Amino acid sequence: MLTKRIIPCLDIKNGRTVKGVNFVNLIDAGDPVELAKQYALEGADELVFLDISATLEGRNTTLEMVLKVAEQVNIPFTVGGGISSIEDVDRLLKSGADKVSINSSAVKRPELISELSEKFGSQCITVAIDAKQINNEWVVHLAGGSIPTQLNLFTWAKEVEQRGAGEILFTSMNNDGTKAGFANEALEKLSSELNIPIIASGGAGTIQHFIDTFKVGKADAALAASVFHFGEIPILELKQELQNNDIPVRL
Amino acid sequence: MKLVIIDYGAGNIKSIQFAFKRLGYKAILSSDPKEIKRADKVIFPGVGEASSAMQKLKESGLDILIPKLKQPVLGICLGMQLLCKSTEEGNTIGLGVFNVEVKRFSNKVKVPQMGWNTVTNLKSKLFENVKEDAFMYLIHSYYAEANTQSIATTNYGLNYASALQKDNFYGVQFHPEKSSIDGEQILKNFLEL
Repeated sequence: MLTKRIIPCLDIKNGRTVKGVNFVNLIDAGDPVELAKQYALEGADELVFLDISATLEGRNTTLEMVLKVAEQVNIPFTVGGGISSIEDVDRLLKSGADKVSINSSAVKRPELISELSEKFGSQCITVAIDAKQINNEWVVHLAGGSIPTQLNLFTWAKEVEQRGAGEILFTSMNNDGTKAGFANEALEKLSSELNIPIIASGGAGTIQHFIDTFKVGKADAALAASVFHFGEIPILELKQELQNNDIPVRL
Repeated sequence: MKLVIIDYGAGNIKSIQFAFKRLGYKAILSSDPKEIKRADKVIFPGVGEASSAMQKLKESGLDILIPKLKQPVLGICLGMQLLCKSTEEGNTIGLGVFNVEVKRFSNKVKVPQMGWNTVTNLKSKLFENVKEDAFMYLIHSYYAEANTQSIATTNYGLNYASALQKDNFYGVQFHPEKSSIDGEQILKNFLEL
């Protein structure tokens, strides 16, 4: 049976992990390769690296990091952040990334999704969507949720699927950072209206939140950052608890 | 041991090369028929779309060479599918090593299948020291039907062949290079065939 995926997300700047990461057994908690290896050992199913470098130099350093992760880590990983062309994707995949995640560039030019899935195959193209619920409507936002667009989440998600994306990473800006649970109502709607996998993101605080997002939100995977980085929720314990609740996981 | 990964411009071969490196083996990337013929073991990878991948094989004459290889050959993901008789993806005629048709998953399940699923009915030396129901990482929209050449099956809406074997030809639908310790064991087993 296909299992539900647990995905830690790491923010990367100039090839180093940023935001607090508090791992006890690591020599260098800022080293994404060390962290990735640790997460793979603990039972993470996939990893996402989000590049927040602002400079070309920073991006090139990230490319070197991708190569090192691919060399040393034996589970799949996705790289996102600032990807806007076929060349960007080509470089990342050639450096060993399994998937890439695009966001703003897809909103600005939706044809990019079609071009990428035709050239590289749907399976390696993830489209990330950040949305905020305003007056009962889910509005797609850009730049980490700061700029609203004219797009409705569900209309945009359907277009993303039709253009050949392999999966959708949906972050609810209302839930992100709250540790109060995932946006399960919207997730459930996405999952029932689309036929590609949906990754839930934003709001993880407790193990129960993960149980709910799989059971109520019908998510195929759940992504989180701080609850994993600070060891608040050990991955193994989380997966055991999911299994106790009849949610299929890889243990 | 001379280990060659066939390089025909289809997908993420770096990960496969790195996986062998972690096992202590150097894998050479090559599209040169002579070098491929001389290898002790051949890896036939593939990611992307079937008809364009087949086109690339034809351009370099590899479509003739590959089915004639005598040493152990391991097709991975699309590589395995191209070793089959045909695939619905782009209505492509395959290399015909495995007597199996490749079909698209029905829309009763999410397509692509993406993530970790189990392999069962393990039948080959390729799976030595790998337990029944071991987890493998899969990403695919098309599947090979289960038949007498299946050496592993997986369930996703239906039972299909997640690994195939005929003589010296092996094919796996999953990505052993991304399937943690059990995946590495399979690559090791292949090297020891």
